[in-house]
Amino acid sequence: MSGFSLLVIAATDPAWFDVDKLPVLIAAIVSIIVIFYATFHRSRRGKFQVREIAGLKAVEDAIGRCTEMARPLLFTPGWGGDIQRPTTIASMNILAHVAEKTAQYDCRLVYPTHDPVIMAVAQEVTREAYARAGCADRYRQDDISYVTSSQFGYAAAVDGQISRLKPASVFLLGTFEAESLILAETGNSIGAIQIAGTDSTIQLSFFIVACDYTLIGEELFVASGYLSGDDSILASVRAQDMLKVLIGLLLVVAVVWNTICELTGAAEQSWWSF
Amino acid sequence: MNRRVALVICFGFGVVMFAQYFSKHPLARGVNQAVLEYWQIIFAFALLLGVVSFFQNNIKQIGHGSDRPYRTVSLVGLLAMPVAAVIGGIGAGSPFLWIFENVQAPMQSTVFALLAFFVASASFRGFRARSVPAAILLGAAILILLSRSAIGGPLSGWLPDTADWIRHHPSMAARRAILIGIGLGSLTTSLRVIVGIERTWLGGKK
Repeated sequence: MSGFSLLVIAATDPAWFDVDKLPVLIAAIVSIIVIFYATFHRSRRGKFQVREIAGLKAVEDAIGRCTEMARPLLFTPGWGGDIQRPTTIASMNILAHVAEKTAQYDCRLVYPTHDPVIMAVAQEVTREAYARAGCADRYRQDDISYVTSSQFGYAAAVDGQISRLKPASVFLLGTFEAESLILAETGNSIGAIQIAGTDSTIQLSFFIVACDYTLIGEELFVASGYLSGDDSILASVRAQDMLKVLIGLLLVVAVVWNTICELTGAAEQSWWSF
Repeated sequence: MNRRVALVICFGFGVVMFAQYFSKHPLARGVNQAVLEYWQIIFAFALLLGVVSFFQNNIKQIGHGSDRPYRTVSLVGLLAMPVAAVIGGIGAGSPFLWIFENVQAPMQSTVFALLAFFVASASFRGFRARSVPAAILLGAAILILLSRSAIGGPLSGWLPDTADWIRHHPSMAARRAILIGIGLGSLTTSLRVIVGIERTWLGGKK
């Protein structure tokens, strides 16, 4: 049986394909096509420019401040996520850039985490960043540490480190839950420059109030391309914008359609709720 | 070479996990279950690594004399709980459960309770009408606070309705806009990792 026949059977057999998920599949395929198009056809266009993001522009200043004040930099990914979460991966991308800079400036980088897998990945990312900067001897594995998996145990441990070490800059980038404000307020109380970003809209409001710079929404995911200037990554940022325009157009069509249905008294059409 | 193997494994698992999401066939469910079980096994080994690292780190720091009291308490806690569980079990009336209920749970509640004070101090700083947007934010916050308090309803009939309108329309619109951005960001980041454009998680950029 050929591969194509298998594909046809899989697509038509209700036991193989969950028809209820067809809208999700279509949306996913459209998104993937747009992302691949933007990524692999980038050479036809000029270099893609990302608007200035204050939170990412401040990364250099925050590291510079640590160097000038001879104080450490504290970076933590929050308690809410594990290594499977895109937010944690985005946070690792920023960590790689930050670690490279702290290695160059000989500034201590402290990274407490609640997840041993994140600890192992962060140690690897940091070690490589120090090696890339040509300062492998400055890497301190003990500073990339696992504290506890308990939410408030983690909050207390990181709070304690912030209070005792008095870092000049605190990076709160990752998935945060109730511990977000506890950490951000403690950082604020010691006068640290704080750069925060998360995928939780509830915690974002706490960060906006308590931190100097907050990466809102997709800004956290753009960081990797923004900081590295890598064309492939920047091209996928362009795809994000294209998809946003597409979603915006669909929303406008849905609003107009629903309004017309309401005004004319026509039965509600639900094709757009798809 | 090692990096290439990791990239191939990542791509393979990414495609398989994406495909199995759209199927309800027992084989696809089985693949999903097996991957979740393997993840638990990996996590258990990583936890062991984390605990060993925590132990070594604290012992080393106690030797250097930094934060000695805190680190000693951490190590005593780390050792006391498993020892109590092995000697007395973890059932009702066991020393393990007693420590958990009378030491660990109250300490966690204490840290959580700090949040109330932090919310108050953050609100005090955040709700200052220094500009027009900040004044609008302050006004909206006062309306919501009043509507959620006991005097909200008796004070005015339109107060709860206005607060609900703020929550369900302007606030929800902004929230959904952020969520769309986060969703697209997550999607592109995941795809970058699966196809190998993004390799920071492997420790290197290229």
